[in-house]
Amino acid sequence: MELLYNIFIDPFVQMGAMPDFLLQVLWEGFVSGILYALLALGFVLIFKASGVFNFAQGIMVVFSALSLVSLYAAGVPAYIALALAILIMAALAVTIERVVLRHLVNQDDIILFMATIGLSYFLIGFGELIFGGEPKAMITEELGLPTGSTTFDIFDGILILQHIDIAAAVIAAILVAVLAIFFSKTRIGRGLRAVADDHQAALSVGISLNQIWAIVWFASGIVALATGIMWGAKSDVSFALQIVALKALPVLILGGFTSVPGAIVGGLIIGFGEKLFEVYWGGLLGGGVEGWFAYVIALIFLLFRPQGLFGEKIIERV
Amino acid sequence: MFKKLILGAAAIVAAGSMQVTTASAEDSLYIPSLTYRTGPYAGNGTPFANGYADYFNMLNARDGGIGGVKIVVEECETGYNSQKGVECYESTKGKGPLAYSPLSTGITLQLIPKAAVDKIPVFSMGYGLSAAAVGESFPWIFNYPTTYWSQLSAILKYIDSKEGIKGKKIGFIYLDAGYGKEPIPLLDKLSESMGFTVAKFPVAGKEMQNQASHWLNVRKERPDWMIMWGWGAMNSTAIKEAVKIRFPLDHFIGNWWSGGDADLGPVGKAGKGYLAANFSGLGTDFPAVQDIIKHVVDAGNSLVKDKSEVGHVLYNRGMFNAVVLAEAIAAAQKATGKKVITGEDMRVGLESFDLSEARLKELGLEGFTAPIKASCKDHEGGGSIFIQQWNGSAWEKVTDSITPMTDVVRPLLEEAAKNYVADKPEWKTQTCS
Repeated sequence: MELLYNIFIDPFVQMGAMPDFLLQVLWEGFVSGILYALLALGFVLIFKASGVFNFAQGIMVVFSALSLVSLYAAGVPAYIALALAILIMAALAVTIERVVLRHLVNQDDIILFMATIGLSYFLIGFGELIFGGEPKAMITEELGLPTGSTTFDIFDGILILQHIDIAAAVIAAILVAVLAIFFSKTRIGRGLRAVADDHQAALSVGISLNQIWAIVWFASGIVALATGIMWGAKSDVSFALQIVALKALPVLILGGFTSVPGAIVGGLIIGFGEKLFEVYWGGLLGGGVEGWFAYVIALIFLLFRPQGLFGEKIIERV
Repeated sequence: MFKKLILGAAAIVAAGSMQVTTASAEDSLYIPSLTYRTGPYAGNGTPFANGYADYFNMLNARDGGIGGVKIVVEECETGYNSQKGVECYESTKGKGPLAYSPLSTGITLQLIPKAAVDKIPVFSMGYGLSAAAVGESFPWIFNYPTTYWSQLSAILKYIDSKEGIKGKKIGFIYLDAGYGKEPIPLLDKLSESMGFTVAKFPVAGKEMQNQASHWLNVRKERPDWMIMWGWGAMNSTAIKEAVKIRFPLDHFIGNWWSGGDADLGPVGKAGKGYLAANFSGLGTDFPAVQDIIKHVVDAGNSLVKDKSEVGHVLYNRGMFNAVVLAEAIAAAQKATGKKVITGEDMRVGLESFDLSEARLKELGLEGFTAPIKASCKDHEGGGSIFIQQWNGSAWEKVTDSITPMTDVVRPLLEEAAKNYVADKPEWKTQTCS
């Protein structure tokens, strides 16, 4: 009886008793959701172009953020370091296309997937060789990003909004909007969809597969850099950041691997869901439940929509 | 051609990043070093490995080794992965190692059953299995200066001395792994006897940079003090989240693995006031550290990227690990009359280990740590901790030595040791007079 009370009544009593805290939980869920969406977006872009889950996306987040802070530490002004970090991601995209992807056109998806695993390990080793393994501080203030917080007195309590979290939400929204327009309204975007369907067919109608892949990996690199800046500001910039990228998995399962809106909606559902569950129900299971609960949410959605919320339904006729 | 060029470059990079030392137990003292200079915990593993290697290199350069025998330190990269740690152990145990210091509770737990079989001691300095302090049950394992349990008791003693612990709520945030869970049995027991309540906040390894939920729960639970058993990126993230919810940092104490320069560097001024336990000295104002700078760092034989890293918390901790092993080697040489010793001899040296204040002064480490004296029964050595505080840019020692609550902890350690060996009929114990 007590267990039923703790599951079905007590959490809602707590929400009603401390509405300011509930608002704080929802805000944190929103911020986490936005950041998860940003992580998932990097995966979605590459999956749309090549049908491959990019195992190297996590290390790309680390590599881009480390490039930025290391350039700054070497005396390069922050904004120039940012521009150079973007250029590094562009160079990386072109290199990956030339050295890895070009040779794998029309190969099975699993071959491309294995290539991204290899790429991931290469970037880890190469990154550690260049940048070292020590954690570094993100240059948040130097990049003009806001720090500090604003407190609102609300419902006889307080709601604390971190300025960096607000900035993260705004930047993520802008990035998503720009990418959505770029890939849906431009010739390259249409080419991207053609490439995703069939490499050889796209080549036969004159679409440059190499160009599309380089552009998509570059876009994914920019998303990785934005992700690295935001997560780096929350923690530090180190190789541990690549683990955070795994948070994108339940988002992708939920939102679909090919949908930009799916990444956003999926990210928000996971963000809100895991925060609410961890805070109000997690204690019943000893706490620390959000890691696996994200997958529970995703699996529940999968039961009803196996292709994800916004994923493409694949019908293969025999 | 281009492909060949890339492959060639990759081969050169790979070869350049490996340091292979050919070791022989016949004419040297072979010490394997299980490091993690790579991976998510490299920020902590690297300074420790540097301090460890630099002290032995200093002894080689300054004194010609120990007792006239050169020390060979061979690194094996574990990435803080228990499986890789065991692989490192298996690949080096045939070279005549004197002792292993894995710098990982996970790896230590794997090596404990192997130590007695292979006759190679494990020295898990302030980590690993707390119950291994009981020498009768764990003849081959040593964990001085104090165990996790003793450390926790000293931290609670500190809290009690500040504002009384009875009736308070203590929050315990920990890495949800063997290491983080290790002190929980003691915390639960002491909460009953000392009259405080506990709220626990486990942080999974893959969530260590994503702690918003955990700290929302902290805000909900409103603990009076927070204690952290963290490692790697978990530490800086937790401190940032504590600042975010406006938890008073002078009521937030990390254990000795949650108070390094790599942990607080990324936090900077925002972390001012945060407290942490420690047992190894801070800074470079010790003659032994100056000797390292002179004979190793300035000579270009250290792996530190910058001279300023010498004297950092984890650098000095790694150095202290080497000091203990070097002293145990010297003790073993004296006890056996041999210059080149074996793992079995080393065990004798570790068991008769006596680092008095006078000896610390001779070593150029006066005031670096509290005296340690091991025995057949006591593999913990009766060390103490002190509390340090982050001033926004560096650590400052803010207390004298705090002795653990040995009278409370020791019986619990003995009980835990008894339980550990109870279901292992082949376990080799020893009788101490």
